[in-house]
Amino acid sequence: MQASDRFNINSQLEHLQAKYVGTGHADLNRFEWAVNIQRDSYASYVGHYPLLAYFAVAENESIGRERYNFMQKMLLPCGYPPEKEEE
Amino acid sequence: MDTLDADIARAQEERRKMEEEIASLSSLSFDKAIYGENNRFEGYERSIPVNEEEDEQDPTEREVARKLASITAPKYVLNEVPKSDSADNDLVFKKPQKIIDREDDYRKRRLNRIISPERNDAFAMGEKTPDVSVRTYADVMREEALKREKEETLRLIAKKQQEEAERKAKEASSATAKVSAAAGQKRRNRWDQSSEQEEVKRSKTSDWDVPDATPGPTKWDATPTPGRAGVEATPGASRRNRWDETPTPGRLMDSDATPTGGITPGATPAGMNWDVTPKVTGLATPTPKKQRSRWDETPATMGSATPMAGATPNVFTPGITPIGGIDLATPTPSALPIRGAITPEQYNLLRWERDIEERNRPLSDEELDAMFPQEGYKILEPPATYIPIRTPARKLLATPTPLMGTPLYSIPEENRGQQFDVPKEAPGGLPFMKPEDYQHFGALLNEEDEEMLSPEESKERKIMKLLLKVKNGTPPQRKTALRQLTDKAREFGAGPLFNQILPLLMSPTLEDQERHLLVKVIDRVLYKLDELVRPFVHKILVVIEPLLIDEDYYARVEGREIISNLSKAAGLATMIAAMRPDIDNIDEYVRNTTARAFSVVASALGIPALLPFLKAVCQSKRSWQARHTGIKIVQQMAILMGCAVLPHLKSLVEIIEHGLNDENQKVRTITALSLAALAEAAAPYGIESFDSVLKPLWKGIRAHRGKVLAAFLKAIGFIIPLMDAMYASYYTKEVMMILIREFQSPDEEMKKIVLKVVKQCVSTEGVEADYIRAEILPEFFRNFWVRKMALDRRNYRQLVDTTVEIANKVGVADIVGRVVEDLKDENEPYRRMVMETIEKVVTNLGSSDIDARLEELLIDGILYAFQEQTSDDANVMLNGFGAVVNALGQRVKPYLPQICGTIKWRLNNKSAKVRQQAADLISRIAVVMKQCSEEQLMGHLGVVLYEYLGEEYPEVLGSILGALKAIVNVIGMTKMTPPIKDLLPRLTPILKNRHEKVQENCIDLVGRIADRGAEFVPAREWMRICFELLEMLKAHKKGIRRATVNTFGYIAKAIGPQDVLATLLNNLKVQERQNRVCTTVAIAIVAETCSPFTVLPALMNEYRVPELNVQNGVLKSLSFLFEYIGEMGKDYIYAVTPLLEDALMDRDLVHRQTAASAVKHMALGVAGLGCEDALVHLLNYVWPNIFETSPHVINAVTEAIEGMRVALGPAVILNYCLQGLFHPARKVREVYWKIYNSLYIGSQDGLVASYPVLEDDSNNIYSRPELAMFV
Repeated sequence: MQASDRFNINSQLEHLQAKYVGTGHADLNRFEWAVNIQRDSYASYVGHYPLLAYFAVAENESIGRERYNFMQKMLLPCGYPPEKEEE
Repeated sequence: MDTLDADIARAQEERRKMEEEIASLSSLSFDKAIYGENNRFEGYERSIPVNEEEDEQDPTEREVARKLASITAPKYVLNEVPKSDSADNDLVFKKPQKIIDREDDYRKRRLNRIISPERNDAFAMGEKTPDVSVRTYADVMREEALKREKEETLRLIAKKQQEEAERKAKEASSATAKVSAAAGQKRRNRWDQSSEQEEVKRSKTSDWDVPDATPGPTKWDATPTPGRAGVEATPGASRRNRWDETPTPGRLMDSDATPTGGITPGATPAGMNWDVTPKVTGLATPTPKKQRSRWDETPATMGSATPMAGATPNVFTPGITPIGGIDLATPTPSALPIRGAITPEQYNLLRWERDIEERNRPLSDEELDAMFPQEGYKILEPPATYIPIRTPARKLLATPTPLMGTPLYSIPEENRGQQFDVPKEAPGGLPFMKPEDYQHFGALLNEEDEEMLSPEESKERKIMKLLLKVKNGTPPQRKTALRQLTDKAREFGAGPLFNQILPLLMSPTLEDQERHLLVKVIDRVLYKLDELVRPFVHKILVVIEPLLIDEDYYARVEGREIISNLSKAAGLATMIAAMRPDIDNIDEYVRNTTARAFSVVASALGIPALLPFLKAVCQSKRSWQARHTGIKIVQQMAILMGCAVLPHLKSLVEIIEHGLNDENQKVRTITALSLAALAEAAAPYGIESFDSVLKPLWKGIRAHRGKVLAAFLKAIGFIIPLMDAMYASYYTKEVMMILIREFQSPDEEMKKIVLKVVKQCVSTEGVEADYIRAEILPEFFRNFWVRKMALDRRNYRQLVDTTVEIANKVGVADIVGRVVEDLKDENEPYRRMVMETIEKVVTNLGSSDIDARLEELLIDGILYAFQEQTSDDANVMLNGFGAVVNALGQRVKPYLPQICGTIKWRLNNKSAKVRQQAADLISRIAVVMKQCSEEQLMGHLGVVLYEYLGEEYPEVLGSILGALKAIVNVIGMTKMTPPIKDLLPRLTPILKNRHEKVQENCIDLVGRIADRGAEFVPAREWMRICFELLEMLKAHKKGIRRATVNTFGYIAKAIGPQDVLATLLNNLKVQERQNRVCTTVAIAIVAETCSPFTVLPALMNEYRVPELNVQNGVLKSLSFLFEYIGEMGKDYIYAVTPLLEDALMDRDLVHRQTAASAVKHMALGVAGLGCEDALVHLLNYVWPNIFETSPHVINAVTEAIEGMRVALGPAVILNYCLQGLFHPARKVREVYWKIYNSLYIGSQDGLVASYPVLEDDSNNIYSRPELAMFV
C-alpha cells in the first residue's frame, strides 16, 4: 500500500514536472532550484516590456540587445552543474 | 357427483382441445415461446382460464399497459412494486451479464473463428529463409486460397445436388401423390440427400455436410461455411431452428452428441464437421436431429490456443481426433468432473439441468393428497396410451405451460447435500475461482511442487496466477497483478502471455467486466512488448475484432484503441500481412470485422500509408470479396474518421469509383454506400472530389432496381447537399423522377432511403419552392401520408422529418393545409403523426401564413384530436396543442372559451391521465391567454384548479399546481383568484406530500408567492411553512432542495430573519448530515438576502453550544456565508476572526477543515480590500495544519493557503515556504515543496521579485544582479 501510494504521488509529480518545468520536489538541490529561479527571472524580464526598457536605460543598451542577452543567459544561467559527489 | 363428472368431462374436453392446439403448432415455434415472443403463452391463457382471481389481476396490468387513459388506480401504486423489485435486483441480485447472452447470432459468429497459430515475423528474420515449421504469409495465403477453392467446389456440388433433388422431386411428384406429399414438405430431409451424395463426396472431399450448404444461390456470400449454413444463413420461415432439435440439456449425455472439444485446433470452418463425422456413419436411423447445436460448440479450448501439430497447415487431413473431448464422452450430471475436462458451457448446462429436474420431479400421491381437498375431486385412471416422461427438463421444455402459482417467484432451495461443486480452496492467496474458470485455470489447483516444474511451466503458472488475479481478484490484487504483468511483459515473452490471454477472451462465459480487464491487460502488455507482438498480430485481431461490432459503445472504443496500439506496435507491413488473408475470407463475418479493423489501422497510421494497399485490394481481379472488403474499408474509414478523410477524399473516391460499374451487385451496392459515407463525412466540402462519380451514379439510378438502386439513391442524397445551388437544383430534378417513381415502392428500406433523400434534396439551396410544390408534393402526400406509415416508428420519424424539411421550403400553409383534415382521421397513430408534424412546422415557421379559414380548421382539428386521444403517449397531442396555440397568439382569442370549456370538462374526467393532461395544457397556454387579455377566464380557471387541489393522484396534483403557478405568474399576485391569502394556507399541507412532482411544483409556487406576494399572507403562516420546508431539504431531487433554500431566503426577507434563523439554527442539531448541510446553506442564503449583520450574531452565539454538529454547522454556514457575500465580507472579517482562531486550534479535524475552507472563501472575497492584517493572523493559524494527512483536511488547508496567496500575494506565502524547502527531514521537505509547487503554478511571475538572494559560489553564479539595477 505504502509503495503504491508513493508511486502515485511520484507519477503525479512526474506529470506536474512535465507540464511545469519549474516545479520542484524533495530531492531538488540548490543548483537546480537556482537554475529554475534564474530562468524564470529572465523569462519574466523578457516578458514585461517596461522592465526590459528599464534595464535598457540602466545598462545603456538597446531593448532588443537586452532581450537577446537575457535569452542567451537562459541557456546556462548558473554555469555548469557541479560534479555530483556521492552518486 | 353428477356435476362433478360433468365438470371433469368438460375439463377433459378442454384439455383435448388444447392438446390439439399444441399438436397443430409445429415444433418450430418452441423457441419463440422460450425466447422472446410470448404470444404462445397468451394463447394458453386464453384457452385455459386458470382461476378467476388471477385473471382479474393480470389483465389489469395489461390493461394499464394498453390503455392508460382509463386506469382507476394510481399508476405509481401499480408500478411501484415491480419497480422497487427491479431496483433491488439491480443492486443486489443481478448477476453480471455474460457477453454471450446479449449477442445475436451474427455476433456469436466470433466464436467460430479460431485463434490462428502465430506467424513468421518477416522483420525479425532478416535475410534468412523462414523455417518450414513456421507459418509464413505465403502459407496463410495458400490456406485461404485452398479454403476458397474448396468452398467453390462445395458450392458447385451443392448446386448440382439441388438440381438433382429438384428433378427427383419432380419425378416423384408425378409418380405418386403420397411420395409427393413427403417430398413437397417444406423441410427436406437432408439425410436422403447425404446418402445420395456419398459417392460424390468420397471422390471429392470428405465433407459430410455438403447439403447443408445449399440455401440457394442468392445467399452465397452470407453463408460461406458449410455446417453452419443451416443454422445461420437460411433466413425467414424456412429457417431451421437450432433449438427445436435438442431442447433438453440431457442431450449432452446422448452418445450421438458427444460434446467434443468443439472447434478443434485444426478447425477450419469445414473442420468443424469432421468431429461429427463418425457418428453419422454410426447412426442406424437417420433422425432429423443431427444438426450441430451450439451447445457443444466450445470455440477456443486450450488446445486451439497452443498451436500443436494439428494446427499447422495439415489441418486439412481429416481424422484429427478432437483432443478436448476425450474424457468427457459421458459426463453425468450427478458426478460432475470439475477440473479441466469439462467446458464451462457444459458445466452450466449440467448445473441448470440438475436444478430443473430437482424442481420438477413428479409429485407423489401423498403430496397430491396433501394439496387437494378431500371433497370435490376424483382420482382418474391415466389413459392407456399415457407414457410419463421421466426427464422433467425435457417435459418442461417440450410443453411450455404458463407458470403455476405466483409467477416470478420461487423459493431458492437450499440443498445441503450438494457438495460436488464446492470448489477446492484456491491455494496461495489466489482469488475465488468460478466453475467456469477451471478450464483455463484448473492447473493452478494442482498442488504440485513448484520446484519440480520446468522453468517454462513455472513461468506459465506465474502468468496464469496473475491473470486469475486480474480476472477475479479484488481491486488491489488486480492492480498489483496488472502492474506485474506489465513490468514483466518482456520477461514473460509474447508467446506465453498471449497464449493464455487470448483463449480466455474467447471463453464463452466471459462477462463484460472480465473482458474489459483482459483487454486492458492486452493493452498494457502491447505497449511493453512493442515489436515482439508481430507473430501474434493475427491472433490478437481474431479476439479483438469482435469488439468492433459489439453493441456496447465502450467495448467498441476499447477495441479500436487496442487495434490502434497494435498497429503502432507492429507496423503497417505486419498489419497488412496479418489481415490480407482475411480480406477475401469466405465468411462474411470475418470480412466485415476485418474491414472495420482496417479502418482503425488507417486512422492510427494515417490514410496515406494505406492508400496503395487499398487501391490494389479494390481492384483485385481474383475475387469480388476482396473488392467488396476493400471498398467497405473505405466506408468504415469515412464513418470512423469523419472530416479527417477530407485531405484524401479525392484519392479515396478514385480508389473505389470503378466499383459502381462492377459486375457484382454487392460490390456496386457497397461502393454506393461508401460514397454516401464519404460524402457524409466530408460535408459540406469536397464536392469536386465526387465529380468523377456523378455520372455513373446518375446513370446507375436509371439502370438499377431494388437494393442497388437504394444504395445509389443514398449516395446521391448525401452528395447533393455538397453541391452549389445551381448544380444541386439540376441534379435534384434529375433524381427526382426516379424518387417519385420509387415513392410507390413497397420495400420498407427503399421507403426510408427515399424519404431521406427527398429530405436532403429539398433542404439544399438551389431547389425552388415552386418546383417542390408542383412536382413533389402531390405524389409525396399521396404515397406517404397514409395511415400505414404511422405504424412503424422509424417510418414515422423519417416521414415527419422529411415533411418538416419540405415545409421549411414551401411554407406552413401548404403543408398544414394538406394534412389538417387528417387531424380528424379515425386512426389515432395517424392523427398523432399529423399532430407532431404540425407542431414542428408551426414551431419552426410561425403561423403568419395561416389564413382565417385554415386557422379555423386547425383549431377544430386540434380540439378533435386532443379530445379523441386514448393512447397513453399523450405528450405529442399536448405539445402540438401548446405549440399551435402559442404560435397563433392573439388569434386564438375567439376560440379560447371553447378551449377552456374543453379543459374544464376534462379536468373533471374520471381518468387521471386526462385530468393531468388538461392541467398541463393550462400551464402551456397561460401566456397566450394573458396576451388575449382573458384575465377573467384565467381567474375562473384558477378557481377551478383551486377546487381540484384535493386531487389524490400525485401526478395530477403536480400538474394542477404547475397550472396554478403558470396562472399566478401571468396575472400577478394581486389579481389572482382565489386570493393568495386563501391559496397559500391550502398549499401548506401539500408541502408534506412526498411525491417529487408535487413537491417540486408546490415549492416553486410557494417560493413564487413568497417572492412576489409575501405581504398577502400573515407571518404566522410563513413560519408554519418554514417548518414544512425543513423537511423538504431532504428531498432527493436537487431542484427541490435548491428551490427550498431559495424560498427560505424569500420568506426571511418577507418576515424578517430572526424567526427563520431561529428555526434554522435549531435544525443544526439534527442528526442527518444531508439535512444539516442544507440548513447551513439556507442560513447562508438568509444572510445574503437580509445582510450578514442580521445573522452573524445569532450564528456566532450558536457556536458556544458545546456540541460538535452544531459547531461544525456554524462553521459550515460561515464558509457558505463568506462564499455568497464575497467582498461584503470585509466588514465582518474582524468579527469572526476570534471564532475562526478557536476553530483552527480545535482538536477536531472537521473543525479545522471547515474553518480552513471558511478562511479560503473569506480570503478570496476580501482580496485587495485591505484586510491583510487579519488574514496574516489567520494564516498563522492555518499554516500548522499543513502536515495533516487526512485528504479532506489537507485539501481544505491547501486551498486556504491558495486563497491567501491571492489575497496576500505570493511573496508572503513564499516566505512561509522557504523555511521548509530544504529541511533536513524528507517528509517535511515533501510537504513544503508541494505547497511551493502550487504556489509556483499559481503565480510564477509574481515570485520573481521575491526569490531569496543566493550567493555565488566558486563555480556557479546564483545572484541576480539585474534586480539591483537602479537608474
